[in-house]
Amino acid sequence: MTASTLPDTETKEGWTPRANPANSLRVFGVPLPQFRRISIIVAIVIAILLPFGLEGFDVFQLTQVLYLSMAVLGLNLLTGFTGQFSLGHSAFMAIGAYTAGIMMDQWDVPYYLTIVPAAFVCFVAAFLFGLPALRLEGLYLALATFALAIAAPQLLKYEHFEPWTGGVQGLDLLKPDSPVAFLDNDQWMYFFSLFFAILLIFGAWNLVRGRTGRAMIAIRDNPIAASTMGINLSIYKSVTFGVSGIYCGVAGALSAIVVEFIAPESFTFVFAILLLIGMVIGGLASIPAAIIGGAFILYVPNFSEAAVDFFFGGDPASKALVWISFGIVMIIVVYVMPTGIAGFIKRNLIRIAR
Amino acid sequence: MEHLIQQSLGGLATGAIYACIALAVVMIYQAIDHFNFAQGEMAMFSAFITWQMIDWGANYWVAFFVCIIISFMAGVAIERIIFAPLRDAPIFTHIVVFIALFQIFNATAGFIWEFTIKEFPSPFPERMPFETTLIGPHDLGMMLVTLIMLALIFLFFRFTPLGLAMRAAAASPDSARLVGINVGWILALGWGLAAAIGAVGGMMIAPVVFLEPAMMVGILLYGFAGAVVGGLTSPGGAVFGGFLMGVVEPLAGMAIGSELKLTVALVVIVTILIFKPAGLFGRVVVQRV
Repeated sequence: MTASTLPDTETKEGWTPRANPANSLRVFGVPLPQFRRISIIVAIVIAILLPFGLEGFDVFQLTQVLYLSMAVLGLNLLTGFTGQFSLGHSAFMAIGAYTAGIMMDQWDVPYYLTIVPAAFVCFVAAFLFGLPALRLEGLYLALATFALAIAAPQLLKYEHFEPWTGGVQGLDLLKPDSPVAFLDNDQWMYFFSLFFAILLIFGAWNLVRGRTGRAMIAIRDNPIAASTMGINLSIYKSVTFGVSGIYCGVAGALSAIVVEFIAPESFTFVFAILLLIGMVIGGLASIPAAIIGGAFILYVPNFSEAAVDFFFGGDPASKALVWISFGIVMIIVVYVMPTGIAGFIKRNLIRIAR
Repeated sequence: MEHLIQQSLGGLATGAIYACIALAVVMIYQAIDHFNFAQGEMAMFSAFITWQMIDWGANYWVAFFVCIIISFMAGVAIERIIFAPLRDAPIFTHIVVFIALFQIFNATAGFIWEFTIKEFPSPFPERMPFETTLIGPHDLGMMLVTLIMLALIFLFFRFTPLGLAMRAAAASPDSARLVGINVGWILALGWGLAAAIGAVGGMMIAPVVFLEPAMMVGILLYGFAGAVVGGLTSPGGAVFGGFLMGVVEPLAGMAIGSELKLTVALVVIVTILIFKPAGLFGRVVVQRV
């Protein structure tokens, strides 16, 4: 038997990685890796050019999409890649927002210095909360985080924390001024958020492609097999929980800076559900899906409320229709489109282009 | 001291409701190994149906029993239509569907009956038949109704062939199927029973917390806490845990203030899950590889 017919794994030179079969696919005549690279560049160029052609409020909304996407991405790292469930990520976003808010409000820290501390505080909080995850199987973790999401607004309103958190009223913050002459304030905040978004997306992409990412996916697919292979389940689970907390912390801090206002009622269980909806509809275990999810969370409720207003004429109870349809859409998505919009696009793109 | 006894007895009465929700949660947990996050909202919806029937002029007890039947059928329908096709789906799918149901029930109630707070009638007399300051008539009635229901459920599971079939289907679905039990429909029946038990809880607590779409969120959390404390594999334990949480709630409220009521439930849930994940009366389930 000649060396060339031996499987790669048995060659004398040692192990050589086999080509990923997906890389031989062609999309519009371009091999998939190149296509991916081109679309990333195009996406970044569009993201940079977009705010120059839009009105102030539209730019503001795009900024919101950016930080919501980060929160969805954090949740996706935990659920989509590691297979752990959290219904309580609204609470971590609240911690990030309040860390940034309290630093700005109480200690007059400039806004750009609050992001990293918020991320750190959220990492610690999420890691500590995830630490019991050593013992909690997916479902129990979902239960504990469900309890966290419901209890969080109550903790934020608690009277003994009021000197810092502002209680029910929340905190009013000052809008940062743009330091660059040719950008107005909204555009500046957009680029400020975009910087962190790109940083976090890049981080997530590297995380899931590498050794850690493979371990995370192994834990998701078969925890027992993963631990047999020498993956320390508890450490990976809690650290992933912490990392996903970082994403929510940055998202929360950005939300506090951009919206200039934080209140306990912004971080209720409903918001946790919204994040979950964004993740499911965007698509599990996919990074671009997070942006789709973020955009969905921001635009679709507004749009559907406007549509409902148009047809039912501003009756407050009719707003509930939006939520009913969300619930139904979620059920339909898990039935017919389990990989979400991102998976749907990917599959069809490859099918059409080939 | 009298205050303490009053608080504890009132707590036991609320605990009866937590016990209902905990029992409903445990029944579904035993059947499909998942928590029904929509249990509270289903109970809330049942309470709204009763309110609507009373509003149309029905007698309270007629509405009460009609509502139990409707809830039962709705529970069966949800299992048959939504969960039966997802039997082998991953946990994530189930959680998403539970959350979607949560959302649908909550919003539908708001859409039909609006988000304003409504008064819900109590079926019990205004005055106690005997002199006491320790417990109010509704609290006592609530406890009695729940205890009667729990006794009936116990008798059902212990002494009827159907109850035995349900226990068999939950304990070992494959063996149950081999001896001729239609496990699919038994699961649906379990859902129906859970929905009916939740409905009783919802209707009993509605006069206390007032009727509105968000009324069950805190109660569901305490129900979960009760189920976790008692052990998710033990229906009796869940009932005990529910009553226990009912007593813990006012006592914790006296100690640290009632604004942190939900946080107490969070702490209880996390503590039990860390130190005794099987609960006080649960079996430790060992997974075979």
